[in-house]
Amino acid sequence: MRVTVNGESLELSESTTLLDYLIRRNLNPAVLVVEYNGKILHRDHWSQIQIGDGDTLEILSFVGGG
Amino acid sequence: MDKLIIGGRELKNRLFIGSGKFADESLIGPIVAQTGVEVITVALRRVDLSGGKENILNYIPKDCVLLPNTSGARNAEEAVRIARLAQAAGCGNWVKIEVISDNKYLLPDNNETIKATRILAEEGFVVLPYMHPDLYAAKELERAGAAAVMPLGAPIGTNRGLKTKEIVRILIEECELPVIVDAGIGKPSEAAEAMEMGAAAVLVNTAIATAGNPTMMANAFSQAVQAGRQAFLAQPGETTEYARASSPLTGFLRS
Amino acid sequence: MSFHQIIEGYKDFHIPAYLSKVSAGEVKAALQKDFLKPQDFLTLLSPAAAEHLEAMAQKAHQLTLQHFGRVIQLFTPLYLSNFCVNRCLYCNFNSGNAIGRRKLDAQEIRAEAKAIAATGLKQILLLTGDVPGKAAVDYLIEAVTLVREYFTSIGIEVNPMGVDDYRRLAQAGVDSMTIYQEVYNQAVYDSLHLSGPKKDYHWRLNAPERACQARLRTVNIGALLGLHHWPTEAFFTGLHASYLQNKYLDTEINISLPRIKSGPVGYQPQSPVSDAELVQILLALRLFMPRSGITLSTREPAELRNHLVPLGITRMSAGVNTAVGGHIDGHSDDGQFRISDERSVDEVQQMLISKGYQPVTQDWHHIAG
Ligand code: SF4
Repeated sequence: MRVTVNGESLELSESTTLLDYLIRRNLNPAVLVVEYNGKILHRDHWSQIQIGDGDTLEILSFVGGG
Repeated sequence: MDKLIIGGRELKNRLFIGSGKFADESLIGPIVAQTGVEVITVALRRVDLSGGKENILNYIPKDCVLLPNTSGARNAEEAVRIARLAQAAGCGNWVKIEVISDNKYLLPDNNETIKATRILAEEGFVVLPYMHPDLYAAKELERAGAAAVMPLGAPIGTNRGLKTKEIVRILIEECELPVIVDAGIGKPSEAAEAMEMGAAAVLVNTAIATAGNPTMMANAFSQAVQAGRQAFLAQPGETTEYARASSPLTGFLRS
Repeated sequence: MSFHQIIEGYKDFHIPAYLSKVSAGEVKAALQKDFLKPQDFLTLLSPAAAEHLEAMAQKAHQLTLQHFGRVIQLFTPLYLSNFCVNRCLYCNFNSGNAIGRRKLDAQEIRAEAKAIAATGLKQILLLTGDVPGKAAVDYLIEAVTLVREYFTSIGIEVNPMGVDDYRRLAQAGVDSMTIYQEVYNQAVYDSLHLSGPKKDYHWRLNAPERACQARLRTVNIGALLGLHHWPTEAFFTGLHASYLQNKYLDTEINISLPRIKSGPVGYQPQSPVSDAELVQILLALRLFMPRSGITLSTREPAELRNHLVPLGITRMSAGVNTAVGGHIDGHSDDGQFRISDERSVDEVQQMLISKGYQPVTQDWHHIAG
């Protein structure tokens, strides 16, 4: 199953929830914001979303900026 | 007490700082503790999937107002998108609109900024647009629902000081909104100068973050901002603007 | 070069003709300048400039704030004697005028000084009529010695003297001298001063310079406004001040704006000066001489004085009685001229404070000798 994460095309071996995917990638869900197929997805829904073939994810967080 | 109110929030400290370009972001906590800075800008970026970097929010004390910028936006649409993402991240509803499509001088695009401001203000954001100082644009931003205007003192990151002084002075005189001088302020004396003119606050990033001793420099800026503010409140005598009559001095001759 | 040579330099220059041709543009250009040339100063005395009084006032106000702050020096005259050998047509003390003559003795001088000092004033101006001679100087020195303990600044306004006499007075404690040329136009001067030593125009004209040479700290000059074409008189007053200031940098050159409205019975000023014209003179002088002190006396009414405060005035008299012995016996008959502002020192101070100005009764304190 192919997904696009932050502009990169990746192969996922098994379907997971969004929340599990983030945790598996060593990301701290508390400080992230996720756009799922072009829509902002509130963090409450992350455990219910099952990542599927062709999905696009933008995972963002805050960095220093002026 | 002399307080600045933006978006319903009472601010005691008129120095806003940016969190970019710090060699060591762990300095931000001590700086906030020492200066009492209340507003800090942050930027939103794609996470580095290879992991490693600590999140900037871990370094910013929880009681600060986060002011996410829309850096990277090249038009109103992108700015709006970034603002919404930032809001979804759960860090409040303040946003600094920054629309830049010029990669050489990084000058803001006032037209796109006005458009983005209109949309986001309507959605309930506290919008602080970074702008090129221009009276008409400032008035338009006012009408678009901005909570303040943030004219640049000089191009971003140049530390060149208050090059736009004469125009910023006009904005201060003519705008109802707080005028926050953003970008270009390189030295505490320049921050004081802006405050003396009546700026509501100044936003400083590069000059603090890239100083030899950022903590000490932040302290210096904080004091300069306070001094400048007090000087403004104390109403210094005008120097050369003879033509600017506050009240007529010879009116009695006609009576 | 003497100041008289400067006046002579304008012999073939028709001032009224120049003034009538000044344009609004020239006035604005003069207003833009940081340093005014004599011609710019004259421009500001023109009818065209009269249309720009407000702009002149704003600049004059700013310059005064810049150089002096919101501060007004207060002083009062003490009339020692009204005996006079001259016959100046416009003056009540002139020898042809039948008034009660009086010269204060030591006890009376002390009593007057005490009465004035009780109002809080520390700067005094001693006046006499014109009685030249050594005895008069000795008397003056005696008076200075008597009042010294009450005042920190002692000025004199008496007949013109030589450098040596000014020096003696300076040694006795005089720090400032005031002398008005009355009128710079020599022909008019001659016609107004019927007899007596005052007929000597040059002796009087050079008196301020002799005082500078005697190193008096402050020299105060002026023309009696109303005696002759005011723009010309104001122009030469300014030039005189500028001449002295440039030549004697260590002397403070002040300018007074005495306006004559009436005189002894039968005398009418030939060229009366209106309020607006007085304002124009004040403003033009301030712009031409930004650092000179400008004095306004109680000849002017209270309300006008209040309005003139922000326009460039730095020194005012207060609690004035122009009669000899007026402070001890409370009358003001036979005064030198009629005063219009009869407020007490306290009332003038209150007025200044209410306008945001600080009344200053003492500018310095002697710490030696
Ligand atoms: S002006 Fe002076 S000199 Fe002339 S009469 Fe009066 S007191 Fe005497």
